[in-house]
Amino acid sequence: MKVCDTCGCNLTPGNRKFAYKPVEPGATTVSVLQNLLKKNDDQAAHNRAHFDARGILAVNLMSSPGSGKTALLEATIRALKSEFGIAVIEGDLETENDAERIRAQGVPAHQIVTGTACHLDAHLVHDALHHMNLDGIDILFIENVGNLVCPASFDLGQHANVTLLSVTEGDDKPAKYPVMFRAADVVLITKTDLLPYLDDFDPVRSEMHVRHLANSAPVMRLSARKDAGMEAWFDWLRQQLAAQRARVNSGTTRRPAIQAEGARMHSSNI
Amino acid sequence: MHELSIAQALVEQVARIAGEQHAEYATHIRIRIGPLSGVEAELLASAFPLAAAGSLAEHARLDILQAPVRVRCQTCGAESDATANRLLCGACGDWHTQVISGDELILESVELEMREANESV
Repeated sequence: MKVCDTCGCNLTPGNRKFAYKPVEPGATTVSVLQNLLKKNDDQAAHNRAHFDARGILAVNLMSSPGSGKTALLEATIRALKSEFGIAVIEGDLETENDAERIRAQGVPAHQIVTGTACHLDAHLVHDALHHMNLDGIDILFIENVGNLVCPASFDLGQHANVTLLSVTEGDDKPAKYPVMFRAADVVLITKTDLLPYLDDFDPVRSEMHVRHLANSAPVMRLSARKDAGMEAWFDWLRQQLAAQRARVNSGTTRRPAIQAEGARMHSSNI
Repeated sequence: MHELSIAQALVEQVARIAGEQHAEYATHIRIRIGPLSGVEAELLASAFPLAAAGSLAEHARLDILQAPVRVRCQTCGAESDATANRLLCGACGDWHTQVISGDELILESVELEMREANESV
């Protein structure tokens, strides 16, 4: 425990009552006020420092199973591998299938098999990094386990979150899974070539649900299979890599924090 | 069902604090979570005994304080209640808001039974 966890300097008028609750003799109360996932967050910060030291942009892809994360990566690698060094960490409960699909595109991939775990965490990503040669890599994609719930709660050390929503799902998914879509730095509406066959999916409605989460992230429509709308996504990646290089040069980093200023406000609102 | 992972992290954190304080066991754990943390209080409460079994938090009481969802409007400055999937300003309806409560996942305090105190009784 660091000094500040016990010295009381992180106490506020709002939370002091929890810290100094009278207790029975023989007992003592320790005020902690730490994130419950502190150990994961510390490991994530270590991963992020590792990426920053090498000038790598780390991008976390999250979505339901089957919304097209791997297909998006295949098309992205085909288009950009001559421009950037790309590597991929794949997360699945079982099989090496996705990593094999990525390797077939001619870039390194490491498969994390989580067994029964429904999400990646910072330690799993760290272990994966030790199996990878990151020399010459500009962008590292981390394809999270297909799941719109659990992955949103675990920082991996990435710089940006990409959340996919395929048109074969409901357009109200952002309203149903607010924690996930609130964490998105960009939302990709995928498989748009199927839109003519699906009269109940309205991309405008999806975007409205994202805005209702107070999230101003760009919402892009694309089809990786039909190569439609991909250029805007590629440009977003180029901008993110440029921003990452600028951060590295100025010695700063970026955690895809959700409303960082809001988090600071919490200290006076606990 | 990542609540088991969270419960394990909680027990680990409590055990570490108890070790540093030379405590015998934890009697009371207080955490604060909001709906936007992505953690379900009831699931966490039921996962806790599984994670705590055999640890020095095994017999601790777990209190989960549920934080309300509140936002501050960046347009009009008002603070208002909101719901997890409608983080709109209650005053002007704008979506340019900041969450000021509701995404916490915080271990607030741990009550410990001290080893030294027991020995002196």
